[in-house]
Amino acid sequence: MTDPVLSVRDLRVRFRSGGRETQVVHGVDFDIRGGETLALVGESGSGKSVTSFALMRLLPEAPRCRISGSVRIGGVELLELSERRMAAIRGPRIAMIFQEPLTSLNPVHRVGDQIAEAIRFHRRMSRSAIRARVIELLSMVGIPDPARRMHAYPGEMSGGMRQRVVIAMALALEPDLLIADEPTTALDVTVQAQILELLKDIQRRTNMAMLFITHDFGVVAEIADRVMVMYAGRIVEGGELAEVLSSPRMPYTRGLLGSVPRFEDAGLRSGPLGTIEGFVPSPDALPQGCAFHPRCPHARPGLCDVDLPDLTAVDGTGHRVRCLRASEPLATENTEVPA
Amino acid sequence: MTTLIEASGLKQHYPVRQGLLGRQTASVRAVDGIDLRIRRGEVLGLVGESGSGKSTFGRTLMMMEQPTSGAVLYEGADLVGRSHKALHPYRRKMQMVFQDPFSSLNPRMTVEDSLTMPLRFHQPELTAAQRRDQAAETLERVGLPRSMISRYPHEFSGGQRQRIGIARALMVKPEFIVADEPVSALDVSVQAQVLNLFSSIRETLGLTILFVTHDLAVVGHIADRVAVMYLGRIMEIAPTRALFTAPAHPYTETLLSAAPQPAVGAKRQRIAMKGEPPSPLAPPSGCVFRTRCAHASPECAAARPPLRQRGPDHFSACIRDDLSLVPAVVEKQSL
Amino acid sequence: MTAIPDPARRAVFAVFRGPRVRKFMRHRLAMLGLVTIVLLTLACFAGPHFLPYDELYIDLRARFSPPLSGGHILGTDPLGRDIAARLFSAGQISLTVGFTAMVLSTLIGTAIGIVAGYFGGWTRTGLMRMVDAFLSFPSVFLMLTLAAFLKPSPAMITIIIAVTSWMEVARIVEAEVRGQAARDFTAAARMIGAPHWWIMGREILPNVMGPIIVAATLTVARAILLEAYISFLGYGIQPPLPSWGNMLNNAQQYLDSAPWLAIVPGVAITLAVTSFNFIGDGLRDALDARSVQ
Ligand SMILES: Nc1ncnc2c1ncn2[C@@H]1O[C@H](COP(=O)(O)OP(=O)(O)OP(=O)(O)O)[C@@H](O)[C@H]1O
Ligand SMILES: Nc1ncnc2c1ncn2[C@@H]1O[C@H](COP(=O)(O)OP(=O)(O)OP(=O)(O)O)[C@@H](O)[C@H]1O
Ligand code: SF4
Ligand SMILES: [Mg+2]
Ligand SMILES: [Mg+2]
Repeated sequence: MTDPVLSVRDLRVRFRSGGRETQVVHGVDFDIRGGETLALVGESGSGKSVTSFALMRLLPEAPRCRISGSVRIGGVELLELSERRMAAIRGPRIAMIFQEPLTSLNPVHRVGDQIAEAIRFHRRMSRSAIRARVIELLSMVGIPDPARRMHAYPGEMSGGMRQRVVIAMALALEPDLLIADEPTTALDVTVQAQILELLKDIQRRTNMAMLFITHDFGVVAEIADRVMVMYAGRIVEGGELAEVLSSPRMPYTRGLLGSVPRFEDAGLRSGPLGTIEGFVPSPDALPQGCAFHPRCPHARPGLCDVDLPDLTAVDGTGHRVRCLRASEPLATENTEVPA
Repeated sequence: MTTLIEASGLKQHYPVRQGLLGRQTASVRAVDGIDLRIRRGEVLGLVGESGSGKSTFGRTLMMMEQPTSGAVLYEGADLVGRSHKALHPYRRKMQMVFQDPFSSLNPRMTVEDSLTMPLRFHQPELTAAQRRDQAAETLERVGLPRSMISRYPHEFSGGQRQRIGIARALMVKPEFIVADEPVSALDVSVQAQVLNLFSSIRETLGLTILFVTHDLAVVGHIADRVAVMYLGRIMEIAPTRALFTAPAHPYTETLLSAAPQPAVGAKRQRIAMKGEPPSPLAPPSGCVFRTRCAHASPECAAARPPLRQRGPDHFSACIRDDLSLVPAVVEKQSL
Repeated sequence: MTAIPDPARRAVFAVFRGPRVRKFMRHRLAMLGLVTIVLLTLACFAGPHFLPYDELYIDLRARFSPPLSGGHILGTDPLGRDIAARLFSAGQISLTVGFTAMVLSTLIGTAIGIVAGYFGGWTRTGLMRMVDAFLSFPSVFLMLTLAAFLKPSPAMITIIIAVTSWMEVARIVEAEVRGQAARDFTAAARMIGAPHWWIMGREILPNVMGPIIVAATLTVARAILLEAYISFLGYGIQPPLPSWGNMLNNAQQYLDSAPWLAIVPGVAITLAVTSFNFIGDGLRDALDARSVQ
């Protein structure tokens, strides 16, 4: 098996504000190999964006924020790099597409110039070579008539076209790893479908690794090879796409999947959706034991509210679950979360 | 079933002004001729992409804006052109639930203030204590404890605020509710809670709801019938099951095929849309969808296709009935 | 006191709640300003009772007494009147004029700002053009012209100042209200058939209270300065009624021989004006929505 492009071990992130320290990422481990897409799923506030920002070293400087653990890309330890060397990594090694697609472009510059700028920053190339590369990139992301459209301003493009430009910019330096933080959340489904197709297609051609962040299991099913579910700053379940979607073991994952309405049931009045009672805990008041226990229908007093479960393998496929009762048959029988 | 509210030839055009004198140079046809009957007691889903005019239609139906032309009939009475005063009795019958749980509640008002406010205008005879009682009752109905009544909005989560927004709409005991993307800003698990709440109140209160959303799975779960909107017009309207199992309009087919579903192996055939979205300032002639339609023929440009019946209670505004469109769900054959 | 709607009153208190109060108290200059204003106000309104002379008592034998002589702590003026007594009663007038003018101009500005921001469209265009017109008109000349034609009583001066200084408030309120009017809770209130005045007063006003309070504080400073200015030019408060401005006017001829005549009211004006400005700054920081969650 090939070496992973990205290897993250025991990643922790703490923020300090007003004399109080809050840990929002609690020891995250994962690898991504070339050509593979790993989806990171979770509800709002679970720490998905903070994790991805930590990989890119885009979080605030030391006293306000502390990152520990290890992030290695192609053997280089990112957490120890100087800011200058890190800047040289961003772009050619890792690139990122952000959650707010429409704000990542500068409205007063032509889109072609913005892509050219990203290239010029890292590569010495002649003007005409850069221009050719910009046109190549724009046509790769499916923008018609790129030689003309490169002179357009972001405001003259539709949301989907702008997101394509953002992707072109991220791909300009042929990164080994692309981090996509909810790149389609703000887009219409038809446009989202096109963008997902585009990302898959590019990945097939360039063998790029991708960390895809989303809260939508539908999108996960479209794009991912493997999935990690995040809750309160920890990975609570991970494994091959088919494994996690068809036999989720962690009650939280099951609750999430059960709360999504399905097309098959459309119009059948199939009764209430499964829900997860309560709220995501705030990172400065995490419950003891399993962070999910106050909301978990299977929580056992004296066990789940005491011990912090590990992320343990449940079978040979690399399916891992962070649940104290994962090995008990009971937890798998009750697939329905009480409504 | 009887019609509760009806839009007839409803148009809402917004002028685009340019230049020093603010001369009108064009207009956005946000809603461009909609005929629609909403039946008493049904949940009608309204889907479509961003900018298709869903919110504008909802607002106009609520008479928050006067339409450019057309009629809004509530139990047969035309609301268009009525004064603030003349609309007052209808305000009690129609309420709205908004998308953004953070802007739909006044941050300076307690839950009690927000909930009792509608009663001041519609039941001024009530005493403060009676109003408070009703507010507390409604709060319980939407699944929040009475004790939260004197809190301010910032003390609630997004899902709880959305419940308060629903409670406010219920305070005047309306017959008809327009819910404009009420779950779009919520997390999946919270979205499910709020959808269940909608299902339960529509059962217990016998409400009629226009449920606006861009999420087809949500609409499939909650609606009895679904109307699909594109560029200010209705492309297809059908009973929910029929829309998913036998779509009759190419746009519906495209939308359904694009919606991601959390199931493995169920990779459905994807129907791509051609080209780029047309400008709402200059919609295509004939069928507005023809510039993106995979099945367009030259006749599609000729005239605006009317909604034609294609099945029981099933209407589509496509001129071609020779198409066999890909359904989102295949009905299992019962043996 | 029922003119102020309930949520608005609560909002005023809410505005001064918990973390905001602490934040304001940490603002050193603002606290200094607040203390100064409280002391100054106390001195002006209570001080005269503790002084041996009243402000109109003329003692020609004691003309031009320097400070701290013959029972005149701040000295006397060219007619032998006690300057401390005059300073305090002038302060009563100047502070009252400043404060009343602030209340009036804030009311005008808030009303116009809310109406413009809420209704938008042509209403807004018309009203804001009017604001621009007032702003572009040199207000001191307008005031002097008005003062020349109207009888310059303290009430009249107050009105004149108010009429020429509401525009800032109107602009600030208009911008704030425009933001609030676009929010869904306003639409929700319209949906239930609440009348416009109700939405403006009960729904929106409480949400723009913070900026109004800040603007009002800064307006007091401005009004005190304006009053001093026109009185100094001789068109404001007319002698024998003292005001800080006309005390300065009287002092002009004696700058060499009796500098305290100018220094005393000058210091009072400076103290009052800078203090109100500091308070305004402190309030602005403390009420800034982004600073406290
Ligand atoms: N700069 C920061 N300082 C302090 N806390 C922060 C900071 N950035 C994020 N957090 C906290 O970290 C937690 C995780 O936030 P994060 O943005 O990673 O969530 P997310 O999973 O990306 O959610 P969403 O789906 O809403 O984007 C949140 O509780 C957030 O409040
Ligand atoms: N007050 C207005 N003035 C001018 N144009 C408007 C106004 N309101 C809506 N529009 C335009 O009308 C069209 C329809 O907008 P509308 O908000 O109804 O769409 P929507 O289907 O609700 O979209 P979304 O899913 O993004 O909420 C858009 O092109 C929009 O820009
Ligand atoms: S009328 Fe023509 S263009 Fe419109 S949907 Fe039908 S086939 Fe497509
Ligand atoms: Mg995020
Ligand atoms: Mg909308």
